[in-house]
Amino acid sequence: MTEGRLILTGEEMRRALTRIAHEVVESNKGLDGLTLVGIRRRGVPLARRIADAIASFEDASVPVGALDINLYRDDLTSRPQPLVRPTELPSGIEGKAVVLVDDVLFTGRTIRAALNALMDLGRPRIVQLAVLVDRGHHELPIRADYVGKNVPTSLDEIVEVRVPEVDGVEEVAIVERVKAVST
Amino acid sequence: MQRRRHVLDLDDFSRDEITALLDSADAMRELLSRSIKKAPSLRGKVVLTLFLEPSTRTRVSFEQAGKMLSADVINISGSGSSAEKGESLLNTALTLQAMHADLIVIRSPHSGAPYFLARNLQRMGVVNAGDGRHAHPTQALLDLMTMRHHIGELEGKRVVIVGDVLHSRVARSDVFGLQALGASVVLCGPPTLIPLDLLHGSEGESLPDVNIEHDLDRAIEDADAVIALRIQQERQGAGMLPSMREYTRRWQVTEGRYRRAKPGALLMHPGPMNEGVEIASSLAHGPGSQIEEQVTNGVAVRMALLYQLLTGGQEEAAE
Amino acid sequence: MSSPILITGARIIDPASGSDRTGDLFMRDGVIADAPETAPADALVVDGKGLVAAPGFIDLHTHLREPGFEDRESIETGTAAAAAGGFTTVCAMPNTSPAIDTSAVVDFITHRAREAGPVRVLAFGAVSRGRKGVELTDMEELARAGVVGFTDDGSPVATGLLMEHALLYAGELGLPVMDHCEDHSITAGLGMHEGAVASRLGLAGYPSAAEESLVARDIALLGLTGGHFHVAHVSTAGGVEMVRNAKRRGLHVTAEVTPHHLTMTDEWVLGANGPADGIAASLTLAAYDTRAKVSPPLRSRSDREALIEGLCDGTIDAVATDHAPHTFGDKATPFDEAAVGLSVLETALGSLMGLVRSGAIDLPTLVARLTLGPTSVLGERFANLASLAASTPADVVLFDPEERWTVDVSRFASKGKNTPLAGQTLQGRVRMTIAGGTIAFGEVRQ
Repeated sequence: MTEGRLILTGEEMRRALTRIAHEVVESNKGLDGLTLVGIRRRGVPLARRIADAIASFEDASVPVGALDINLYRDDLTSRPQPLVRPTELPSGIEGKAVVLVDDVLFTGRTIRAALNALMDLGRPRIVQLAVLVDRGHHELPIRADYVGKNVPTSLDEIVEVRVPEVDGVEEVAIVERVKAVST
Repeated sequence: MQRRRHVLDLDDFSRDEITALLDSADAMRELLSRSIKKAPSLRGKVVLTLFLEPSTRTRVSFEQAGKMLSADVINISGSGSSAEKGESLLNTALTLQAMHADLIVIRSPHSGAPYFLARNLQRMGVVNAGDGRHAHPTQALLDLMTMRHHIGELEGKRVVIVGDVLHSRVARSDVFGLQALGASVVLCGPPTLIPLDLLHGSEGESLPDVNIEHDLDRAIEDADAVIALRIQQERQGAGMLPSMREYTRRWQVTEGRYRRAKPGALLMHPGPMNEGVEIASSLAHGPGSQIEEQVTNGVAVRMALLYQLLTGGQEEAAE
Repeated sequence: MSSPILITGARIIDPASGSDRTGDLFMRDGVIADAPETAPADALVVDGKGLVAAPGFIDLHTHLREPGFEDRESIETGTAAAAAGGFTTVCAMPNTSPAIDTSAVVDFITHRAREAGPVRVLAFGAVSRGRKGVELTDMEELARAGVVGFTDDGSPVATGLLMEHALLYAGELGLPVMDHCEDHSITAGLGMHEGAVASRLGLAGYPSAAEESLVARDIALLGLTGGHFHVAHVSTAGGVEMVRNAKRRGLHVTAEVTPHHLTMTDEWVLGANGPADGIAASLTLAAYDTRAKVSPPLRSRSDREALIEGLCDGTIDAVATDHAPHTFGDKATPFDEAAVGLSVLETALGSLMGLVRSGAIDLPTLVARLTLGPTSVLGERFANLASLAASTPADVVLFDPEERWTVDVSRFASKGKNTPLAGQTLQGRVRMTIAGGTIAFGEVRQ
């Protein structure tokens, strides 16, 4: 039972990620020096999905890392923060073509934090951004290189990407922000 | 979870809170291993360390923890400070608060000094970096972190704390932390260095559910971890110990005694260690010893703590 | 000369005669007089309905701090506090600066007391010159100047030999030697009872044995020397038992206990009242309450019970406040560094009435321990201070045993605001204190 308005089914999600996988390989002209870095939490399973898709048609594996950006947020003291979790980059990023993967591109602030976090970890050759949903309302000059679906939204809405590893289901939905609850 | 302003002891930490903090400390350890050991999360925060008792290890650990998260860390030592010019601790602290510091880390020879500050400071958080013989919560957290790494979850584990329990703030905080995580604790040491109420019982016991065992050979049987406490040389002068030689003979963790513990048992010491007194030298530098890792974990745990106190870190709050 | 005063319809407790009746009490010319049929025209008439009238309380143990420590208390503020607490006589302790070790200091205190008001100030002289524990003071000179006994309070009489000599010399003068029984070689730290609470808080303890060993020393010496040994602020079950046995043996030993040792325990250091769960609970920010730091320290529950029992059965002769005012700064420190002592005079009755309400002691006995008990320690010449018989001094306290009030230290007459009772509600309050026929505290409600 989907909560909110469904905008991508599980099947549509898989198709979008497969398309992104093809675009990533095409745009980077192969897998050489390519590494996928998911932004915790839901960016990580999405990055794995893209890597799995690449493996299925290229017959080679792409390293997948996990980036925790909580220490780089710009709203640290304005509200309670999630727990810091480890960053894991098994193959490093020095000189690599890094594709950051996140679920939703909204204000761009998470990506800004991710870029700062990434730069503290090394000097990649190039950094690209893949998101499943771009919902607009960017507040920083940041855009995605690969987008699963562009979804016009109002500020009262929340785009929820649900993945089996975290949420038990695979889908994307829009829910209303509950006014009374402060986040 | 109520946002915590102060960390004074572990007696008010739940199992979940300790576990969350240790998880966060694991993440901080990853940051510690990077070539650029710095993240901007505490930029613009001011952390003071007020050490009224010498302690390089703990002070530097806090300082490094703060600086790696980009906080401004200002160190105030007892000597040469206003404290030495007769200004009361209260006035010193109020002055520092008026300078808009966010957090004060205090080490004091007086039990309860951090409670006294926390009671009197409205706008500044207080972290206890060791008060008299009362508590040393961050040392206990790093002990827990080290134990968790090496012997897994602590539920049902047997931990022996040997030495000067009476004067040990580390032992007290360790007991509360270990009990929150479900470990059983055995305290071992000379009768002159164990609190009287624990020896004989009284109208209420100060440390709940601990066992006392004077014979280290028996205490160490099947232990999962052994924490040897620092023995102060001056205890002998105060008539609390016949001699260091006798202490060493009866309460040193030796190779022979260590073999009585579980295979792979962890050996720890809060430092600074008297080489060849609390722990046999060969053991202290042997494979079971995690004394140096304790130091690294100390920084990680303090980073996690500062982050939590200064940003209000919470489970799954803002995704 | 002040007007005559007539208190009407009060419960009048007179420990000297043992009477407890409802009626009128009349005072004129500074003494008690027979109550007239109708009030004289010039008399102040006080409605005593629902109130208790008794001889003014006598405190054997008051730190007035003057001379030398006037930032903590002065004779003027200390006697005002005494009056507010229903005390008409206080005994000043000699740990002043200079100590009360010459007749000149006694004269100074007597003079300042006369300026300050109607509350009677008696003084204890020091046992040793400068309270240094070496040479005896000129005890006879001090006695002639008016001291009522000798003590090095704040410290014990330093050595057994000095105590032996003091008992002999003061005994010959007919005066008691009061000892603050604390074996300094055992007390690692001041102000915290050795026990589970101290251990929980990581504070060095002051074990009961440190008091008991000195009580035992002094009683043994008393058997040798004769004279009169008075135990200051007994705080332990063992101390009470030794006094009981010594009295049985016929030795002239007397003892006092403070209101706080009768009503509080070491758990108060965990925060006012102590947390409900005691030491098993997490410490709160209220822990290490320096206001509950006192010497001897607040003891265990069983000690407290033994003190109450000793007070009821007469082993302990008197309640004495050990009123020990301190400045804000003296107490605004970590526990180890805080000064010892409580400001007690103005809360004594209110806290003691809790014992009456709980049935631990009956009111006439309590009144006796605040009046007759102290005079029995001070000697025959002061017996009339505990009496409401005609022509005894018109020292009278009038209190409401039921009135509930909240302790507001900012309204204390004492400079010492140091009490863990601050903000607490007590039941039982002094309405009026009359000393030598003059109203020292309270207002006339016609």
